[in-house]
Amino acid sequence: MNGVHDMGGMHGFGKVESEPNEPPFHAGWEGRVLAMQRALRATGAWNIDMSRDAQERLPAEVYLSVSYYHRWALGMERNALDQRLIDADEIAAGHALRPGKPVQRTMTKDTIGAAFTRGSFSRPTSTVGRFKPGDRVRTLNINPPSHTRLPRYARGRVGAVEAVRGCHVFPDSAATGAGENPQWLYTVVFEGRELWGESADPTLKVSVEAFEPYLEPA
Amino acid sequence: MAMSTHDHDDHDHGSELSETQLRVRALETILTEKGYVDPAVLDLIVEHYETKTGPHVGARVIAKAWVDPQFKAALLADATEAIAALGLISRVGDHLIAVENTPTLHNMIVCTLCSCYPWDVLGLPPVWYKSAPYRSRAVMDPRGVLADFGVALPADTEIRVWDSTAETRFMVLPSRPARTETWNEERLASLVTRDCMIGTGLPRRPEETSS
Repeated sequence: MNGVHDMGGMHGFGKVESEPNEPPFHAGWEGRVLAMQRALRATGAWNIDMSRDAQERLPAEVYLSVSYYHRWALGMERNALDQRLIDADEIAAGHALRPGKPVQRTMTKDTIGAAFTRGSFSRPTSTVGRFKPGDRVRTLNINPPSHTRLPRYARGRVGAVEAVRGCHVFPDSAATGAGENPQWLYTVVFEGRELWGESADPTLKVSVEAFEPYLEPA
Repeated sequence: MAMSTHDHDDHDHGSELSETQLRVRALETILTEKGYVDPAVLDLIVEHYETKTGPHVGARVIAKAWVDPQFKAALLADATEAIAALGLISRVGDHLIAVENTPTLHNMIVCTLCSCYPWDVLGLPPVWYKSAPYRSRAVMDPRGVLADFGVALPADTEIRVWDSTAETRFMVLPSRPARTETWNEERLASLVTRDCMIGTGLPRRPEETSS
């Protein structure tokens, strides 16, 4: 979706402000949010693309105004509601009003290692990738109202395939619950001028990780 | 949603935090009562991120690559496998890719769409990495971003920005600082900053250290 989360190339957000000696969390609740998100992975109730999608569907003014982990919390609430793990009246009440529903697993002290490591997103395939390194490709000019990982600034642009990353879970499908629908993944590199016009920094190149359905031969 | 209505005029930072804090506490209560999460497990997860992860892991990797050409080649070929072999952390996430700076090329990592970041080697991403200013400008004006960090590169240095739009993760292998020929791995690691592995900084120079 063409949301405010898709920020590449936007103006007006000001300087990058680095905080010296930044702590891991700025408040205790931030750590709780992260920990809940990690622990809920075990339930299998939603996947990482659904998490991203839930945040992207927040009202634009909310997305931009709340802090990072606050946004996570709002997305997690929405995921939990969408998957019927919890109900809206329970959020209003601040405690459970009915028993939990069955989930795949819950995280325990013995299985906590899974909280700290990203799993693999590559999938076996019998298909052959359509592109190879060096191929010229054009990204499609798509504007789906649902989750996608092709940023607006890189749509309808010509670049070169630099690397083939294997066949990976396709976020555009996984986010909607339509299954993993694995697709070949490529690093596609663009000249700065192709993205930003003649006034672009001539020394700039930008790459995106592009799934095959985003690409056509150029 | 309840949080969007304020029946008072007090919008200072502290009250926003406490409202969020209450809401997060309520969510944890509900998830716990329904048996989906165990607060004791949450404690351990928080502790892990507060005490065990961080850029010190990545710094060891970079220092090793600076002194060991074989390891460097392995790192650039498959960073997940190479780092796993070092045994610094219990497990390295898949699809980790190391990209090398050279005298003519500078790499920078961003996630314009969210906050993808190589957590296993760099720890939690800093606030600025997840912020709108960085996400919006890195792909269009990386030299302007570098200027915000006090870094100026030669005008003819090629700048390559990697937008982390899939589950591949990137870390920068910066160039080894000059006049460190006699330095061992441990001392070299002290020159490797978080920001130089993201590409918004350069390694510290030997003269910047107290040792």
